[in-house]
Amino acid sequence: MNPDKSDSTVALFAERSSERAKAIELTVNGRNVQVEEGRHRVLLQVLREELKLTGTKFGCGEGQCGACTVLIDGRAVRSCITPVAAARGKKVTTIEGLANNGMLSRVQQAFLDENAAQCGYCIPGMIMSATALLEKHPNPGAEQLREEMNGNVCRCNNFLKIEAAIYRAAGHGREGR
Amino acid sequence: MKRINEFNEDHVVERYEQDEAPRYQFDLTRRGFVQILGAGLVVSMSGNSALASGEPLLSQNRSTKINERLHIGRDGIITIMTSKVEVGQGSRTEITQAAAEELKVSTDKIRLIMADTDLVPNDGGTHGSQTTPRTIPAVRSACAAAGILLMDIAAKNWNADRSKLVSGNGFISEPSSNRRISFGELAGMDEIAKSFDNAPGSDISVTPVNEWKVMGTTPSRVEGENIVNGTYQHPADILRPGMVYGKVLRPPAYNATLRSVDLGPARAMDGVTAVHDGNFVGVTAPTSHLAEQAVKAIEKTAQWDTEPHPSSKELFGYLKNNVSTGGGRGFRRRGGQNTGSIETGLNESTKTVKESYEIAYIQHVPMEPRAAVAEWNNGKVTVWTGTQHPFGVKNELVRAMRVSDENVRVIVPDTGGGFGGKHTGEVAIEAARLAREAGKPVSLRWSREEEFTWAYFRPAGLIETRSGIDDNGNIKAWEFINYNSGTSALATPYDIPNITTQFRACDSPLREGSYRGLAATANVFARESLMDELASAAGVNPFEFRLKHLDDGRLKDVLVKAAEDFDWENRSTLKRENRGVGLSCGIEKGSYTAACVEVEVDRKTGTIHVLDFLQTFECGAIINPDNLSAQVEGSIVMGLGAALWEEMQFENGKILNPTLRQYRVPRFKDVPPIEVVLIDRPDLPSSGAGETPIISVAPAIANAVFAATGVRVRSMPIKSDDLKTG
Ligand code: FES
Ligand code: FES
Repeated sequence: MNPDKSDSTVALFAERSSERAKAIELTVNGRNVQVEEGRHRVLLQVLREELKLTGTKFGCGEGQCGACTVLIDGRAVRSCITPVAAARGKKVTTIEGLANNGMLSRVQQAFLDENAAQCGYCIPGMIMSATALLEKHPNPGAEQLREEMNGNVCRCNNFLKIEAAIYRAAGHGREGR
Repeated sequence: MKRINEFNEDHVVERYEQDEAPRYQFDLTRRGFVQILGAGLVVSMSGNSALASGEPLLSQNRSTKINERLHIGRDGIITIMTSKVEVGQGSRTEITQAAAEELKVSTDKIRLIMADTDLVPNDGGTHGSQTTPRTIPAVRSACAAAGILLMDIAAKNWNADRSKLVSGNGFISEPSSNRRISFGELAGMDEIAKSFDNAPGSDISVTPVNEWKVMGTTPSRVEGENIVNGTYQHPADILRPGMVYGKVLRPPAYNATLRSVDLGPARAMDGVTAVHDGNFVGVTAPTSHLAEQAVKAIEKTAQWDTEPHPSSKELFGYLKNNVSTGGGRGFRRRGGQNTGSIETGLNESTKTVKESYEIAYIQHVPMEPRAAVAEWNNGKVTVWTGTQHPFGVKNELVRAMRVSDENVRVIVPDTGGGFGGKHTGEVAIEAARLAREAGKPVSLRWSREEEFTWAYFRPAGLIETRSGIDDNGNIKAWEFINYNSGTSALATPYDIPNITTQFRACDSPLREGSYRGLAATANVFARESLMDELASAAGVNPFEFRLKHLDDGRLKDVLVKAAEDFDWENRSTLKRENRGVGLSCGIEKGSYTAACVEVEVDRKTGTIHVLDFLQTFECGAIINPDNLSAQVEGSIVMGLGAALWEEMQFENGKILNPTLRQYRVPRFKDVPPIEVVLIDRPDLPSSGAGETPIISVAPAIANAVFAATGVRVRSMPIKSDDLKTG
């Protein structure tokens, strides 16, 4: 988490504060955020449109592709189908929050080293899902990896390189190839 | 040094979408011109007046001047300009490599401006695998020419013997005197400005393959770090000051026309603007959620007239009964062959086969749906959008918005996938129209359902064949008629005395356009399936049968190599229940491919499991091996989807499976072990590789399914109730 952001509170809609019916508070990449209820339907829209965190992508809007994956309290969720209210009081981490003072996370570095991206559109979601996966299972087997990652689609069909990147992040070589 | 190879200039790319009538006919004149807001545009470079004033080139055939192609800054940074886009195929990295190679600098000295119509020369769109064979040579010649001019001028200034000078790392130096001068200093001289104002001479030599230092290697991916840290901006991610979000009201079915609509309910909403212009209805709002709500509100008031529309169930009969008579589609008549007489050939045959093959419509499903951000400033519109054809989209905008050429700028940020699906500018036009109405920059991104319904499709096709063999297992007749899908790879590479191959254009019920590999996928599927049927009729191993009818050395090479590496000879004779192997081969876009595959069929469910896939691929000299293998792997896995599951279902003018839940694309668990065998031919020019590897996938699988079950499935996707015995 980026420490220089941690204590700042960002009021997204300071204006019209008197009539602000309800605000939802959450923490995104270490910073506290308030969102006006009703302005957005799902978390993805808050991240992209309010916080300008465009690293989290829209792919389908129906929980079927994983492009919008973020962590809520460490768990991978599809932000395109997560109502804003479901993130109330929770800690949200997006792809922009993974690096520490510009130091890429282990998973990010592994994706870079394996040249795992073609168009790169699925990659933030892949990295977030892989981060959650390796948190749970630091040494995933081939089947486990595929099971856990199956909800993330890459239409450049770069699955083998992405898989290699996840194995690299887990600390072993190109298993499963 | 050897001359760069010349490439076939008349390679016309098959692009059905280019025949289309404009999407929207706006009635802009009756509205006053809206006050345009927004900050000035950031121009990523300055100091080159030739760039700022130069009319963009209209054709790649006109030679691009050196100063239109590259710019050397005082700091020694070299900026290369091209209208090619990066859609994931690695062109940004490959063009960077090409420039670094010819200028003898490291890749971090190279910057690329891709696809900004105000700044770059028109190299054509990114389609038909033309970046590698055409744009890379153009970049190499310009850079090589620039390198020579820099050297000339350094020699002249120093009054030195030119042959004693060396170039490297962005400096020209004279080892004997220890003199050196940077590219940046040289670039500031008038003589350079003057000499760069010419096209590179046609006699420019480029670095021969055996001296390549940067090309032929796998440097780290340009922009790679931004991709993993989340700051890489795709078109949908562009943010402009004051930007609002757009949404378009879509008809409930194809062929539906709007009778009436009331914009009132949307306009009553806070911060919402709404526009109804001709057949276009759309809104803008401060957030995309509010824009959706506004569209829902007016949707309730909309009245539509609908017309009947054929369904996917009756598709192939429909195509056959609706052969179009209209002309104007010259490219569609290509690829036809007429040798000997089919009737004579069939009479000479002892066994004949008459079969037809069906290929479904499919969608490209790029991960990033179509997206655009449009902004007007003083009557000029700038649109950031994901397209493979920036100058084409610029022209579409000029026509639709009725503004002059100078008043449209299209910028294509690196785009989240295209696969031939993003040649047109509908989303750019929609965003521009909405931005004009709102007086603010507008961001518009299609939903997945819009993408599945309103983007153009890969054409469906019906292929009817008649063929025959004699007692010696020689093919005597080959008639091959393709309805609707197109002409790519229509011609057979096999040596047959009597051939008719023909394409018949049809009135397609769905909107059609390009797709990775175009019609080659359909034509090679039918051809390679039929080759197997004939081999089986002749009682000959399908590998031997193909070889016997092949003259083309490069195609033979990939086929033989695939069979060897797969251990075809042995594996094709093994008998295991519901398991079998298949092979196929083909040529497209100057690249050669062969595939061998093993499948197992679950006879209870009819499910096909691909156990093992091997492909050989040859596309001349290899520029970036890692990127090439990624392109080939990606093509193979993409091909699995079209081979096994993907098809559009439609009825009453509606797509019945417009979601990723219903339309199945390949996922991690579907990826079989894949072996890619790249054959490097440094003696041959490089051709594109993003498309051709896809063509051998489906026929190899269909042939393996036949070997496993004795059931011949003649459709793509390959599925049939006959595969189920339980
Ligand atoms: S955009 Fe959320 S899963 Fe596809
Ligand atoms: S890299 Fe393009 S979608 Fe995965």
